[in-house]
Amino acid sequence: MSATTAPRLFAAGARASYQTHLQTFGSLDTGSIQSSLLGELERSGLTGRGGAGFATWRKLQATEEARTSRVIANRPVVIANGAEGEPLSLKDKSLLENAPHLVIDGLLAAAAAVHATKAYVYATSQSLEALGLAISERRDAERISLAEAPDTFISGEASAVVNSIETGIAVPQDRVKRLSEAGLKRRPTLVHNVETLAHIALVARYGAAWFRGTGSQRDPGTRLVTVTGKAPGDRVMEVPGDAMLADVLRAAGVDLMGVRAVLVGGFHGAWVERDELDAPLSADGLAPLGASPGAGILSVLGRDECGLRTTARILDYLAQESARQCGPCMFGLPELARLFEELATGSREKALPARLRALAADVSGLGSCHHPDGTTRMAASALSAFRDDVHAHLQGHCLSSKRR
Amino acid sequence: MWAFGRISGIVALALFTVTLILGIVTRSGRPLIGMPRFSVTLVHRNVALLASAFLVLHVGTLMFDSYAHLNLADVVVPFLGSFKPFWQGLGTVAVDLLIAIVITALLRRAVGVRVFRFVHWFTYAMWPIAVAHAIGNGTNGTDKWFLLGTVAACLCVGAAVIWRLTDRFSETAKARRETGAL
Amino acid sequence: MRDIDDYARLHIDWTRCDGRGLCAELLPELLDRDEWGYPLPLQAGDRSNVVVPPHLIEPAESAVRVCPLLALKLLDAQGS
Repeated sequence: MSATTAPRLFAAGARASYQTHLQTFGSLDTGSIQSSLLGELERSGLTGRGGAGFATWRKLQATEEARTSRVIANRPVVIANGAEGEPLSLKDKSLLENAPHLVIDGLLAAAAAVHATKAYVYATSQSLEALGLAISERRDAERISLAEAPDTFISGEASAVVNSIETGIAVPQDRVKRLSEAGLKRRPTLVHNVETLAHIALVARYGAAWFRGTGSQRDPGTRLVTVTGKAPGDRVMEVPGDAMLADVLRAAGVDLMGVRAVLVGGFHGAWVERDELDAPLSADGLAPLGASPGAGILSVLGRDECGLRTTARILDYLAQESARQCGPCMFGLPELARLFEELATGSREKALPARLRALAADVSGLGSCHHPDGTTRMAASALSAFRDDVHAHLQGHCLSSKRR
Repeated sequence: MWAFGRISGIVALALFTVTLILGIVTRSGRPLIGMPRFSVTLVHRNVALLASAFLVLHVGTLMFDSYAHLNLADVVVPFLGSFKPFWQGLGTVAVDLLIAIVITALLRRAVGVRVFRFVHWFTYAMWPIAVAHAIGNGTNGTDKWFLLGTVAACLCVGAAVIWRLTDRFSETAKARRETGAL
Repeated sequence: MRDIDDYARLHIDWTRCDGRGLCAELLPELLDRDEWGYPLPLQAGDRSNVVVPPHLIEPAESAVRVCPLLALKLLDAQGS
């Protein structure tokens, strides 16, 4: 599948004003939206663009069900999550800066569809500036509250979003019930990535069939990707579903001959080797490689770089970014980072890879959020994708220096 | 009555001493001479309740003793008593603290970990106040055998508290420090 | 065969847990301990909501009561 598509999310151009937005997309009476939007979203096949990739309509439905499950309806809350804690990712910032009105449309549409009485946008202060201006340009967005997200990796985790709005502290919470059942102040809470909401705004206007007009049957529509690393400048691109990884990279100006591997899905993603880049960028397309699109980050590792060193640096960062609430994360991740650093910097201990795998297996699934899981998954994928480098390191040399 | 009041008071104090030490061992997360950790916790809780029971007897019997002149107000409001008001008042303070400690402990699921823990710190205040009350107010308070027993108890508690303050106290302290939570 | 949803589950609140190890003593069939003291659920699957077979409900209830940090909760089958 080709990597190019007519722009959808950025069709109104850079920093689109409300007027330009209306001229490009037409108007959307968010007040008249009903729960029928859920059916349209189900037909569209839209999945979450924040990393987890759940079917979007299901989240709305769960929230709607939680609302009506009580004798006295429990009024939901909708939160647009634009925190984008992943440092490599730029798409949410770009969306909030250039197409804030699509995000606002989507937020209002989702709120109307689940009969929510409160709506928030949660993003860093810089993004909130542009968004605040956009809100002031229109009359239907007055009841949207702005909530500032700290600049931490974990700030975008769903329960951290709720916690931040509730208490000001953006760390994950222990959860027995799902957010859709009981989230912010015990109300059914719908948290959506800002890009997902932007797509909702388009489906609400043009319908499911239009959404499916690009992409594939199993991965319809478009997604935003951030191409970074050994690439000509960081850039955000909108690509159709099931676009070939190699095509996306080429469209971003990456010289595939100089690629050693690509970290697909960001710091919680997985390493994909160069000869595997003919895989489609979709959940189904990447599953056989043990990867997933995540929040659409493609970080390119050059042939002259060492995958193990790069991974060690990432693990060190991720360990630092632990919320330090849960033992396995607080201690397991620094230990993982330390062992990986040893492997990356010349330890000859043959048992290191096995120790790393065992520690990763121990830590995964523990803790009150998926920070440990994502981290251990990435580390395990590095041991697999860079198995030749592991072998070389344990024998005292590094393959990247030979490839310069 | 009076004799039973004294004895139950001494027994209560002895049991609270054991409770305090077991509480410190509980906090360390270590087993104790063959007792697994969960047993240490359970014994700590049971001895605490037993000590409280003896304390109720101590206060109760003295309330019914004509010589003690102890009325209900004196039980919870300190320094109102007619017999050695200051020392007896310390006993009342200890009882007040204990009521808070026991209630928050029994209802810890309802009041939450933070409230429970905050009130529980006052056990370190309650115990020395109770000891001072016993010495100053007790009939045997200045008897040689009682003072010897009290000194022994203070040494034990002191040793436990010093241990509490060392950095090898908790069973997992070394491993956690070595890994370092960055 | 019982469905996985029919079992009670021991929910671990990791934000409260301090790895004191009392639960691992009472439920050695379900929990190991890592080198920092924290519980290591032995099962695969959801390791923060450990499946408790009926014959272990009693020790699981004891573990819930005895945890010094109130970090455990026993959820009925189908999570309530």
